[in-house]
Amino acid sequence: MLITRRVEFAASHSCWNPEFAPEQNRALYGEAGPHGHGHNFVVEVTIEGEPEPDTGMVFDLGRLKEILNQQIVAPMDHRFLNREVPPFDRVVPTPENIAIEIWKRVRPHIGDGVRLHAVRVYETEDYYVDCFGGAG
Amino acid sequence: MTRRYRFSAAHRLDNPALSAEQNRAVYGKCNNAYGHGHDYAFEISVAGEVDASTGRLLPPGVLDAIVRGEVLSCLDASNLNDLPDFAGAPPTTENLAGAIERRLAAKWPGTWPRVCRIRIEETRRNHFELRR
Repeated sequence: MLITRRVEFAASHSCWNPEFAPEQNRALYGEAGPHGHGHNFVVEVTIEGEPEPDTGMVFDLGRLKEILNQQIVAPMDHRFLNREVPPFDRVVPTPENIAIEIWKRVRPHIGDGVRLHAVRVYETEDYYVDCFGGAG
Repeated sequence: MTRRYRFSAAHRLDNPALSAEQNRAVYGKCNNAYGHGHDYAFEISVAGEVDASTGRLLPPGVLDAIVRGEVLSCLDASNLNDLPDFAGAPPTTENLAGAIERRLAAKWPGTWPRVCRIRIEETRRNHFELRR
C-alpha cells in the first residue's frame, strides 16, 4: 500500500550553471540571468508498506508531517535556494535536483518495515518530476 | 519528468462496421450524429538519468517544442474524425493516446530519455494511461 503526504514551500531559484556561457544558460533554462524567480513548489512524499495489524497504519502521518516540515519546509520555505540552501549553491536547483535532494534528506528518517517509494516535486501545475531513488 | 498540456477538439464515436443501433449501444451519447467536443488534458512523462551538468532529464522547453509541433498544432481546435490518425479507428480517448504516442515516436530523437507514460483526460471524470 502507498501513502502520500503533501507539503508546499515558496522559494526562489535560478537555473543557471556558472560553468556554462550565458547564452548556453539562456538556451537551456530559458532564464534571462542568474537573478532568480519563484514558485510555490508542491512536494508529495509517498511511503510503501503494509498497515500494522494493531494500529491499522502504514506509517504515522503525524510523524511524516513532522519529518517533511523539518527536512523540507523549515530549510526551504521563503528562501532563495541557490544562496541559502546547500547543496544548491553548487548544484543547479532544477526540480529534478530538488527531488533528489529531498529524497536524500527524508530517506534516513523513514524507519524499518516501510520504504520511501517516491518524491514528487511540482514546480508548476503543468511541470513535475518523480524521483524513485537510485541515481535518479 | 512530466509535462501537462491541453487542447480542445471535436469528435464523434461511430464505427461504420457496426449498425446505427449497435453504435448507439456501444458509444451512447458519444455517437451523437453531429459530434461533440472536449477540453482534453494530457501528460507526457519521460524516464532516465538526470544530466549531471544541467540538472535536467530533458529541458521542458525542448519537450514543449516537439509536442507543439507534432501534436498540439494538429489536434488543437480540430475535428478528430477528420485526421488521418483516425481513418481506420474511432477517436476514442484510448486511440487518441496511441495517436499521440505514434506522432511523438516518429520524431523522437534516439538520444532523448524514453517516454514512459502518456496520460490523457477526456473530462475530469475519466482518464486513460499508457505505460511503457
